Amino acid sequence: MTPALLRVSDLTKSFGERRAVDGVSFRVERGRTLGLLGPNGAGKSTTVGMICGLLRPDSGEVTIDGEPLTHGNSAAKRKIGLVPQELALYEDLPARENLRVFGALYGLKGAHLKKRCDEALELVNLTERAGDKPGTFSGGMKRRLNIAAALLHDPQLLILDEPTVGVDPQSRNAIFDSLETLKRRGCSLIYTSHYMEEVERLADHVVIIDHGKVIADETPAALYRRLPAQAALAVELAQAPGEDLPRRLAELDGVTGVEHDGNGLRIGLERADGALPVLNWLAAHGAPPLHFSTAKAKLEDIFLALTGRSLRD
Amino acid sequence: MTALLALVRKDLLLYLSDRRALLLNLVMPIVLGAFFGYLFGGSGAAENARIDVALVALDDSDIGKKIAAGLKSDAALNIREMPLAEAQEKVRKGKLNAAIVIPAGFGDAAGAALFGAGGKPEIPVYYDPSQGAVLSMVKGILTQHVMQTVSAGMFDGPGGSRLIGDSLARLEQQAPADAESASLAQLLRSVKTFQERPKSESGSGSGGLSVPFATRDEALSSGPQYNAYAHAFAGMSVQFILFMGIDAGISILLARRQGLWSRLLAAPITVRGVLLARALSSALIAFCLLCGIFLVAALLFKVRIAGSLAGFAGVGLCFALVTATFGLLIAAYGKTPEAARGLAVFATLVMVMLGGAWVPAFLFPQWLQTITLAMPTRWAVDGLDAMSWRGLGFEAALPAMAAQLGFAALFGALALHKFNRDAKRTG
Repeated sequence: MTPALLRVSDLTKSFGERRAVDGVSFRVERGRTLGLLGPNGAGKSTTVGMICGLLRPDSGEVTIDGEPLTHGNSAAKRKIGLVPQELALYEDLPARENLRVFGALYGLKGAHLKKRCDEALELVNLTERAGDKPGTFSGGMKRRLNIAAALLHDPQLLILDEPTVGVDPQSRNAIFDSLETLKRRGCSLIYTSHYMEEVERLADHVVIIDHGKVIADETPAALYRRLPAQAALAVELAQAPGEDLPRRLAELDGVTGVEHDGNGLRIGLERADGALPVLNWLAAHGAPPLHFSTAKAKLEDIFLALTGRSLRD
Repeated sequence: MTALLALVRKDLLLYLSDRRALLLNLVMPIVLGAFFGYLFGGSGAAENARIDVALVALDDSDIGKKIAAGLKSDAALNIREMPLAEAQEKVRKGKLNAAIVIPAGFGDAAGAALFGAGGKPEIPVYYDPSQGAVLSMVKGILTQHVMQTVSAGMFDGPGGSRLIGDSLARLEQQAPADAESASLAQLLRSVKTFQERPKSESGSGSGGLSVPFATRDEALSSGPQYNAYAHAFAGMSVQFILFMGIDAGISILLARRQGLWSRLLAAPITVRGVLLARALSSALIAFCLLCGIFLVAALLFKVRIAGSLAGFAGVGLCFALVTATFGLLIAAYGKTPEAARGLAVFATLVMVMLGGAWVPAFLFPQWLQTITLAMPTRWAVDGLDAMSWRGLGFEAALPAMAAQLGFAALFGALALHKFNRDAKRTG
């Protein structure tokens, strides 16, 4: 096993009577990306707050690179970069000045600070806007600058708390390009979100939190294996099938279930490459498809399978 | 240290980039200081304002004319003669401070009353009720001129001679004469003898009762000359610099709301460090504002630091610390930026008012003057006054500095206590 960069052990945190985090434990390995998933209010941000030293846990421990992380001026904090959910920028300071402030907070100064600012701006494609104030930026550009501000001190672990909230698809892709570059450079990431597709794109490992507790801690592949269907085939027929056709279809090898509604069929498949034999079988049995589409099962389906609830409930 | 300096630098850059704040904190105190300074007497070089008074002169006797002439020549009054109805209307509308009516026959009646013969005639004085202090001044000046003119007329004038002759005849007809009437008759005979003397023996001119002294007026301060602008600029500086302190405190509340606060504390820096940086930058801005405002006051309004320059700097620095910690206090106890701002502005205006920033504290009743010692603004304004127009030495700045440092320590401790308590509760 790769040595763990971050260890989170049995963290708990209550606010009054409400227990926001209840015995959360997980680890992040070097160079890997952890997707931290859960619906709004599940306890993700509280967990992130404790990992960053912003919140003091009621019990449990966070260690980074073997060093316990404490509240206040902890040296371990230098190993972490935080991209908060909010746009934590000074709107009236030019982008480069913003970066200078955040870099200096980690002790960077002089030529080294300038070099790091240039590199961070380049990574997020904002070099040409370095002298402009964030107040003149689009939402996506602000998000990218928000990320750049966390990279200046070259952290070993970058924590991104829902970094794509409120951005357009183009900016979201730009953000993902930056994060994938960081991944390739060996930076460890924790990516919290309630957008399944984002975590699927980045994460090597997924931790799902619900009501302050970890309900899954596995690789995406292992999570998919928990599902009865890893892929779905949607088919539209020329006419509504009889009652017999769906029953016989469900008995085929590799088919996990069949639902039908009017002319439409939704067929669960054990494997994504099982779609072609099913389509051939339908054509051979007098029900040629007019249209069809396939879809891979999403983590949202996993959440539904694990909790019985949708993520956005 | 790098982080601390970076945060201070950031606050300074943000402040300088905010033109609205600069306008409010630098230009407004200069404008208002100039206005209030002018109202309270300017740089001391100008003459005192004269009181606008209407005169309704209905007595065409020699005495009545002399009283009117005396009032017109008085340096403290700006007399405008007009009919009674017009005078009353102008006073009622506040266009004139007061109106004096010298009724017909006043001269003779006043002369008779002077020697106890007949009732006292009345001089109606109408005044604007918002100018109560003016009434006393007008009555004092009027008394002076009436006494001087009427007594002169009685001792030297033809009317006086006739009045004394009539009075003596009346007394001599009374029988039997009581002791008091006999004494009065004797006095009147002496006056009659005085009136009938050869004029060359009189020695002096018109005679009559006059104020038996003259004052020698000399402004007394260690400074070169009283300058009302000095106090006005001190007061307005204190007010608007405290407004800057409020903005500094509100900026912390906004940073908490926007997630910037968490972002800062995610770095290896403590809450105490972030607060210290904010306090340092606020104090620096406050001190620079004070110096800038007084520089303009010196260049344009001849305000001088006639006392100790070090004392001025000391008072200014201590007030800057009060401002900085006041801002932290607002940030610590404010719930939302909006609510905190309203409450803080109200508290500041009360502090500024009671501190003598608008109207000098020596005009307050004694009990209020004592109470206002509990205001840091009182010490700031008094300290700046002492070092500017009063021209006192460094030792006179020490009480103001010590008191302000005490307030700064109190505000800072309360703020830190609250921040620490919040950190324990949530963090």
